[in-house]
Amino acid sequence: MKRIYVDEKHCLGCHLCEYNCAYANSGINNMVKALKDKTIYPRIRVEGDEKITYAVSCRHCTDPLCVKSCISGALSIENGTICIDHNKCVGCLTCILVCPYGAVTTGEGGVVQKCELCLKNASGAPACVAGCPNRAIIYEER
Amino acid sequence: MEKYYITPEFEVIRNQNRCIACRVCERQCANEVHTYDVDGKIMLSDEAKCVNCQRCVSLCPTHALKIVKNECSFRENANWQSDTIKEIYKQATSGGVLLSSMGNPKPLPVYWDKILINASQVTNPSIDPLREPMETRVFLGKKPDSITRKPDGSIDTTIAPQLELTMPVMFSAMSYGSISYNAHESLARAARELGIYYNTGEGGLHEDFYCYGENTIVQVASGRFGVHEDYLNAGAAIEIKMGQGAKPGIGGHLPGAKIVGEVSRTRMIPEGSDAISPAPHHDIYSIEDLRQLVYSLKESSQYKKPVIVKVAAVHNIAAIASGIARSGADIIAIDGFRGGTGAAPTRIRDNVGIPIELALAAVDRRLRDEGIRNNVSLVVGGSIRSASDVVKAIALGADACYIATSALLALGCHLCRTCQTGKCNWGIATQRPELVKRLNPDIGSERLVNLLTAWRHEVKELMGGMGINSIEALRGNRLMLRGVGLTEKELEILGISHAGE
Repeated sequence: MKRIYVDEKHCLGCHLCEYNCAYANSGINNMVKALKDKTIYPRIRVEGDEKITYAVSCRHCTDPLCVKSCISGALSIENGTICIDHNKCVGCLTCILVCPYGAVTTGEGGVVQKCELCLKNASGAPACVAGCPNRAIIYEER
Repeated sequence: MEKYYITPEFEVIRNQNRCIACRVCERQCANEVHTYDVDGKIMLSDEAKCVNCQRCVSLCPTHALKIVKNECSFRENANWQSDTIKEIYKQATSGGVLLSSMGNPKPLPVYWDKILINASQVTNPSIDPLREPMETRVFLGKKPDSITRKPDGSIDTTIAPQLELTMPVMFSAMSYGSISYNAHESLARAARELGIYYNTGEGGLHEDFYCYGENTIVQVASGRFGVHEDYLNAGAAIEIKMGQGAKPGIGGHLPGAKIVGEVSRTRMIPEGSDAISPAPHHDIYSIEDLRQLVYSLKESSQYKKPVIVKVAAVHNIAAIASGIARSGADIIAIDGFRGGTGAAPTRIRDNVGIPIELALAAVDRRLRDEGIRNNVSLVVGGSIRSASDVVKAIALGADACYIATSALLALGCHLCRTCQTGKCNWGIATQRPELVKRLNPDIGSERLVNLLTAWRHEVKELMGGMGINSIEALRGNRLMLRGVGLTEKELEILGISHAGE
């Protein structure tokens, strides 16, 4: 299965991936309209310090702790991609607690959100990857 | 008070209706032009620091930015133009020599643009390169003048060492130190994939790149940085740098701030020490002295590698080239006055040297007249900007072209001409690790390969149009060129007729 990998050697720490993620998941077809004067809740986050940076998003583990621990059945695996059903999420945040990568976060309304590889939004493929100026985020089968 | 004399050169125009305050511009600007005002939730800019490298413009996701020339101007004056006035102010403040980078930006004639290429019509067929074979391969090195036979009557096929290029273009010398590790890696990988050569420049060869040796030309310059036996034997050819088109007659100075870590190791000089290349080679004061260096380099590489002598195009270039052709060198590289540099005194860059087109034509004719053209191959550089420049250079008599500025543009350079500051936002002319990593060699080498693949197609198209199917048949074929708007004297030097003749 194709997954998102990061190449920390070439990550610029520009944070464009966060904005491309927020835009792709906004459902709005204009970036300015989608993001201007708003707090963004990206599903990918740039971490690191002054020397090294890298973008962290869901690893789509084959044996995911988040799915195992979800008390409401909101998290499930669909063709290898870990998806969330917002209607089922009760906001207990257990998944955030157990995720070893810190890749699950809360969204705007307090319920959980996570990377679904942009397979369910208009991008169709990870927007963070397409928008990375230095090919530091890669979407491939390994 | 003094800084108030100079107004910012550029204006940063931010369309606040589009700006989403993502702060990408702020994070990407090593000159610290952009800042985020937390209270006002708005991006601000300090234009005095802007060099117009366009990094922020390129990366702004909503295209909210543009950089324009500051229209605030001095009172118009054809003699005292604003650049001239500003230079006076700068020198009155600093008391120093003005420095600048990349090629001569002055509006001096570009002869390539005044030369037109022929095409076949009716009486001679043009060739479609997509249907018929077309040869762009060239060999650089000394060629035999006649066929000689061995005592047993068989033909003597031994030939001086040659460089084999799939197309008549190579990457010109740019040292590790003046450009980054990632830029060097991009050039090396692209040269290998393209079947051409890149040039180490005078800063030695990083040990990681010895594996690209078959596609590397190693340079020996007046500072002899990083020169040792393994280095000389690592490449496919050795180049002696006598001069550089951007700064003929003077040496180089890589500031100590750039001599860090690996650069210092590769150059074999202490960290933080300035790398000063003297203006002359202290052991070369004549063609005979040059011959000694050529042969000592050949000796150290077992006569297996061609030796290139690179000179800047200056007034007596034809006589100089004639001397070099008799010095034992296999290839002469001539660098025209528009060639780039990582740093040069502005006055020298803008006023010293001659155009490569005239130098090339003069040298090719002189070597032919003296019957020594086969002694050497001719490589020309100094602002070869496109495939048509390559074709024109070949038709004027060059065997191949050196490109460097074009290659840097492919890597992302926006010609802001401030390499000397070491704060290249595109990760090319810098040694700061956080900036170097901005150039991903995977992308860099791919873009270089794309550029030259495109040029190769265009060279074939242009040759096909002339009814020529190999570079060999185009070389020195000045009948394929016509001048427009040139004087009798210029046409005479170029050895071409005027359009309509």
